[in-house]
Formats: sequence, C-alpha cells, structure tokens
Amino acid sequence: MNEFDVIIVGGGATGAGVARDCALRGIRALLIERDDIATGATGRNHGLLHSGARYAVNDRESAEECIKENMILRRIASHCVEDTGGLFITLPEDSLEFQAKFIESCLAAGISAEAIDPKLARIIEPSVNPTLIGAVKVPDGSIDPFRLTAANILDARLHGAKVLTYTKVDELVIESGRVVGVKTTNTITGEKGVYRAAITVNACGIWGRDLAAKAGITINMLPAKGALLVFGHRVNNVVINRCRKPADADILVPGDSITVIGTTSSKVPFDQCDNMYVTADEVELLLREGSMLAPALNHTRILRAYAGVRPLVASDDDPSGRSVSRGIVVLDHATRDGVEGFVTITGGKLMTYRLMAEWTVDLICKKLNIDAKCTTAEALLPGSSKTSTEDCMRTAVAQVGGKASAFYRHGTNAEKIDSSTAAKRALVCECEQVSVGEVEYAVEQLGVNNLVDLRRRTRMGMGTCQGELCACRAAAVMASVGKSCSDKAKADLKGFVTERWKGMSPVAWGDTLREGELLSWLYDGVCDLSNNGKEE
Amino acid sequence: MKQYSEHNFEQCTKCTVCTVYCPVAAVNPLYPGPKQAGPDGERLRMKGGEFFDESLNLCLNCKRCEVACPSDVRIGDIIQSARIKHSAKKPGLREFTLANTDLVGSVATLVSPVVNATLGLKPVRHIVEGVMNIDHRRIFPKYAFGTFEGWMRKQRKAQEQFAKQIAYFHGCYVNYNNPPLGQAFVKVLNALGYGVQLLENEKCCGVALISNGFIDKAKKQAKSNLAAIRKATAAGLKVVATSSTCTFTLRDEYEHLLDLDNGDVRENIDLACRFIYNLLCDGNHTLQFNPDAPRVRVAYHSPCHLERLGWTQYSIELLKLIPNVELVKLDSQCCGIAGTYGFKKENYATSQAIGESLFAAIEASECDYVATDCETCKWQIEMSTSKKVFHPIEVLAASL
Repeated sequence: MNEFDVIIVGGGATGAGVARDCALRGIRALLIERDDIATGATGRNHGLLHSGARYAVNDRESAEECIKENMILRRIASHCVEDTGGLFITLPEDSLEFQAKFIESCLAAGISAEAIDPKLARIIEPSVNPTLIGAVKVPDGSIDPFRLTAANILDARLHGAKVLTYTKVDELVIESGRVVGVKTTNTITGEKGVYRAAITVNACGIWGRDLAAKAGITINMLPAKGALLVFGHRVNNVVINRCRKPADADILVPGDSITVIGTTSSKVPFDQCDNMYVTADEVELLLREGSMLAPALNHTRILRAYAGVRPLVASDDDPSGRSVSRGIVVLDHATRDGVEGFVTITGGKLMTYRLMAEWTVDLICKKLNIDAKCTTAEALLPGSSKTSTEDCMRTAVAQVGGKASAFYRHGTNAEKIDSSTAAKRALVCECEQVSVGEVEYAVEQLGVNNLVDLRRRTRMGMGTCQGELCACRAAAVMASVGKSCSDKAKADLKGFVTERWKGMSPVAWGDTLREGELLSWLYDGVCDLSNNGKEE
Repeated sequence: MKQYSEHNFEQCTKCTVCTVYCPVAAVNPLYPGPKQAGPDGERLRMKGGEFFDESLNLCLNCKRCEVACPSDVRIGDIIQSARIKHSAKKPGLREFTLANTDLVGSVATLVSPVVNATLGLKPVRHIVEGVMNIDHRRIFPKYAFGTFEGWMRKQRKAQEQFAKQIAYFHGCYVNYNNPPLGQAFVKVLNALGYGVQLLENEKCCGVALISNGFIDKAKKQAKSNLAAIRKATAAGLKVVATSSTCTFTLRDEYEHLLDLDNGDVRENIDLACRFIYNLLCDGNHTLQFNPDAPRVRVAYHSPCHLERLGWTQYSIELLKLIPNVELVKLDSQCCGIAGTYGFKKENYATSQAIGESLFAAIEASECDYVATDCETCKWQIEMSTSKKVFHPIEVLAASL
C-alpha cells in the first residue's frame, strides 16, 4: 500500500510532530527522511527549553508561544525535559536599565521573571560569573531534541503512521498542477519507490527551499549558521543567559551530562548547508563570550564543536539573520502559488515544533474536510509519565543498580529494556551508561540503522571518550542482532569514528587531543580501520 | 602533569588501565571498577545524587588505580568523596567499633588479657559475627597490656639527652597493640643520635573513621593532629611515623578527602624507613650492626598506601643495608584487608580472594618471615599464611 492521506517530507522535530499529530487525528501519514531523524537543525542547537524570556523584548509573539509550549512540553515530554531553571545575568559592562525593560516584557508575555540578589544567584548557580551585578530567574530548562523527536516518531508509529528513513525524495509527482505524491530512492539499498497522498507537507527546514523548487515554487530562505561547543561535563546546573539584546554565545545550557555554549550567527551559502564545519574564529568567540557567563569554561575540557543552520524565512536583507522573527510560517501553496496538495511548514523553532505541527495539521484537516481536534497538547508522549523522572530513577536505582541513566533517557519506556541477565546489563558505553539491553531495545524499537543513529537514540559515544571504547562494542551488539554483517559493521564503525573526529578536530588541544590520539591508536593501530582490514 | 581543571576527573582518557590494576574488580564482578566508579560516575553524579551507586562501597581505597593512572587522575579520592557525599548506608555499631581505634584501644589495653582471650574463642567470634557482621574467621589483633605512650613517659628524661630530636607519630596500633615496634623505633633512632618525643596529644590519624563514614569526627581529630604537628614543626622537629597508612593519611587524605589544608607541614611528615634511609645516605650517620645476628631470609610486601606515596623503594633499600638479611621482593599487590574492610562479613570472601596470590607467593618464597610497613597487611598475612610479619624497623633493630 503506497497510498496515504498525507506525506511528510523531513524527519526533524517538526516533521515528526506533524506525523504524530496526523496519526492521533486518524489521518494516514507517511514520513520520509533522507537521513536519520533529527539530523538537521533539530539536533544541532542548544537543547534549551526556552522560557521565551530571550524573545520577550523584541518579539512578544514568539515569547508567548515559547512559554505556552514550555509548559506543555514539561507535561507531555517529561523524560525529554529537565527543569533546571534559568538565570538572565547582568554583567558590569551591561546595563541594568535593560534588565528593567526585560522583566517588564517577560511579565507582559506571561513569563515569570523575578529579579534576585546577585549573591543569591551565585548560590543557586555557583559557576556563574561572580562579577554579576544583576540576575533574573526565569522558567528555562533543558530539552533533548533527539529524545523528543524519537518519542514523536514512536507515538506516530504506534498510531499507524509509516516512517521511512534513509529515503530521499527525487521528485514530486505533479498531476494537473497538483502535488499528488513523491518518487523516492532508498539511500542504503538504492530501491526506488512511488508514494501517493492528497497532501504533501514540506518540513525540510532549510532544505525545504529545494523541495519547493521541485514544484516550481520559490521560498526565500536565509541560511544562518550557528556554531556551538560541548563541554565535557556539567559546568552549570541552571541555564545561564546574558541579560542584554540577543548576541553571540550568550546562552549556557546544561544538557544531560554536558554543558553547551552557543551560538554564533553567520550567513552561509546554500551549498554549504550539508557541510557544517566550525572554524577556529568561531571556537575562539564562543569561548571568549561563554567564559563571561561562567569563567570555569576557560579551563574545562571541550568535547566537540558542532553547527546547525537555522531555517529562517527571509523577510529582509539583514545579513546577520538575527533580527528575523523566528515566527512560525505555514505556507499553503494553493493560495500562495496556485499549487494544490502542497504545504510548507518552516520558520519557528524547536520549542514550537508542536504548535507548528498543530497549525499544519489544522490546515490539512481543513483541506481534507476532516473534523478532528488536535490532542497533542494533552496526550503524553511515550515514556513521559505523571510521576517525575527523578522518582522513576530512584525506583530504578533501588531495583537495579545503574539503570538510572536508562530511565533518564527513556522515561517509563526504560522498563522495556531487558536487564534480566548480567550480559544484558553489561555496559556498551561506560561514559553514558548504555547497556547491551538498551542498545538492543533501540535497534528493535527505535528504528536504528547504524551507529550514528544509535548515538542519537541512546547517547552511546556522546560521552568523554567520544566512542573510543563503546563504538566497537556497539558494532558487535548490532551485528549480533542481525543489523549488520562484519564488513558492514566495519564500514559503519569507520563512519562513526570519522563523524566523532569531525566534531573533535576544531577543539583538539589538551585532553581532547590526548583522547583523540588514544582513539586513533585503538581504531587505526589495533583495529586497522583506515585499511578496512585489507592486507597491505 | 599539572592539574588544570578544578575537576581532576576531566584528565581521564578512558584508557581503563586503572580497572586492570584494581584488586577488587579482578575478584568481585559486582564492583564496576575504578574507571566507572570514579571519573565516569563522577560526571554522571554531577546531574544528581540518583546516579550514585552503592557498589562504590566495595572499593577498598587501596589507591592502586591512582598509581596506575597515566593521566594523574585521583580516582580513589573521587570514589571516596562520592561515598562520603552520597552513600545512604549510615555507619552502625560495627563501623563505630572498627573505626574508633583510639577509644576501643584505650579500653582494651586496660583489660587486654581478658579481651585477647575472649576474642580468641570461636563461639565468641560467632557471636561477634551475628551481632556485628564481622566475619568469624577474622582474627583480631591482640591488645597490649599497657600502652606505648605509657612506656614513653618513663623514657622522657633519657630521650631529652640527645642533641637532635624528632617527633614520633606512633599511631593506634603501636600504642595499643604493638608497643615493641615503637620501642624498636626508639632504639634505632637513638643509635643514630636522635632522641624521640611524642606529639602533644596525638589522636588516631582517622583513616578508619574516614572509611567507615565518620567524617566529622575524622575532621576534628585531623585538625587536632595538624595543630600538634604545626607545634612540633615550629619547634624544628620532623614528624616521623612507622605506619605507612598513618603517613599517607596525614600527608594526602587530610587534604584530598577531609578538605583540610596541610600544605605548610606536609613535607615535614615522613615515614620511618625513608627518614632513616636518607640519614644513612647523607654520609654523617652510620649504624653498628651486630656481627653475630643470625642470617634471615625476609620477604618484603609493599603496602598499597606506601605504593601510593611512591616510597616503597626506601623500605626495600633499607632492608638491603642490613648485613644479616637476605631479601626477597614480593610482587607488589594488595593483600586484601584494607584496614577495616576485610573485617566486614560481606567483604571477607573478596578480601581473601584478593590476597590469595600474595599468600601463595609468601609460602613459596621460603622466607623466615615477612616484612611490611603496614599493620593491617601484617594481620592479614599472619592470619592467611604460616609466616610471622614484622616492620622493617623491627628487623633493623634486631640486627643492631
């Protein structure tokens, strides 16, 4: 059966959210992603659960959307969210006048914002720059975009949606000026496919410009690169923002076991969107500005650098891409361009993925004459539970030592992980405590095709050693559950280690360089990966 | 390598050599090993206390992981600090009895014949196991009748005659169980022209308090000891200890685990074997050995905390200087007792399994007796082999 009501192209948070919303409303949906889920901008940001405070002064509408979605995500995705709280700090070189305006704007947007004594701020977050002269408490948090996307995909599938990853859309099928489906190629097997649906949704982020072009439609987009650095451990336990007009490297987010500083903002050409490298200048800027928030960053090990491309819809010629509103853009190409059956959802941000999906599916319902209400603001995502994640973890620790990390990652779904024997409990990834059972669960339930996919589902290889010890173990477990033969496992391993090194190389000094050396001894020296096992 | 980050665990490159050298991980699969319990776990514990794992209590704090680490990570300290901060297991009667070596010792030495005889009885040891969870197979060190401090009071006048003086940190074991070791130390130092004084009001170094979870009390005693050491230092005295673990605790654990700054006096705290060996090497000191002393074959065992100090070679070289001693160097490995660890019923099997290869090596060495700088290694080896164990200082004193 290749007939659906809706085809969604793009497996980021937005696409996954649209697929879930469709599925919950009884609409037959197919999601097509050219790579793995959450590989674009979704997985390449701070992982900040915005309170909206950052937008309050300049963009009231975005701020209001943020705080509403913030409260919804805490409920429906409890295992993807950590309630860290956030601080907006004023440094001696900033103005306290901005703080007053900031608080006023936050309150007007419905965001709680309480000015606190800088001394109290230092107690709440000991890593904060001790020279601060002002601090405001806001309901920021952290959110894991990989888990969030995976949970949406899982729920979409549970409700009948079909998901195809590693499937590229070659062309749109257009009949009588109407988009009626897509022609695809599986990027692993090369297999071709044709899928038909009444509506095709373009949820491709920055790559949506290319998809629209296949229907002869022009969307003016502005690719704005944002680079970020990952630190080796949690430097701060509370999100630290700079209380001033949004600028480079002014948000420091504790995400799971690490801390992220970002971002930069620079215009990049479209042909570089698939080729994001972080430059030495960007690293320097991130460190310089980041250490203004928390001086400890200056002497904390940096694990890696990464960059994403914001899918901003250009409204003017602003070269920095920063004054563009991150507002949600839903384009019905029937009314805009006279092309029926084609809808683009873009703009917005990770925080508003659910609302973006809601608006898109509302439009789909209208077009398909379906009367079904959106329930995604109430229905919990799989793994989320009314009991807090901390409570679940405490129970888990009492039952089986070392399962706390699995509960942190998968919420109540961690119960589905086999930990009945010592062999299943054995750790594949020691830095992030990923067990053999968890790898098997991810491979069988969460659509894992290779080691990089596995990393996005479990954090395998995202810890201090960046895959030094775990990647080869994981490759073996994947081979044992029939996902790969030994030749494929070797190629997969090579791809994984190369991807890890790409992120390490911009920050390869000190301990990170020592780690890189050891990584290279192991995989090159011991496993002979460069040679792919062939005799000289 | 200089420590750069305030978080020492960041230097870990995950090479795992620490776990290879961990005596517990080798015999007890329930222990995840120092890498996971230490730097890996610490990173996760920064997210919250839920990530603490009670299996960390299986660490015997031998610090062999730190000796093995090529990146200078203080793995053992990270694990001990995590136990102090997060462990939900609160110390009970057993921990109180084992940890308060000072209090228990001062009572027991008053009635030592009764205590020794009673603790030697099998039925009593079964009762102790039932009530306290101390393994019935474990043999307690015998208590002396009268303390070393009491003996020293009678020596004061004689010791004051010497022009050069040192302060002796004798430790609980010498004071309550083995005054002859202290007496041997005084004999050797006197022969080298040094008079021996005691610190003003020496307290137990606190190693057992730390490992049994009595941190506040350990801190209190440590502060008192540091004050006494500062006073001795101000009077121009070196502070010398016979016990390698006392020395290690005073020098390193005070700073690393109790967070007390001892930097001003640390270099003034020395180990007896090192102090004496250095004296003998300076060209101004010699010892007259007894030419009639019988030849003995001595096997030397390196205690874990002495390895961590990096000073094993001083004890070995000192023993080599003794003309009537034929030295056998045993491979460096943990004996398994780790102070009070091996006394606990749940640790007995692990403790004996760790020491097994050492016990076999001792039996095979055909030595007359074993020498080591640590009193708890002595208890373990005497209980688990056919050999008697002496401190190198006792071996030295016997040959004078």
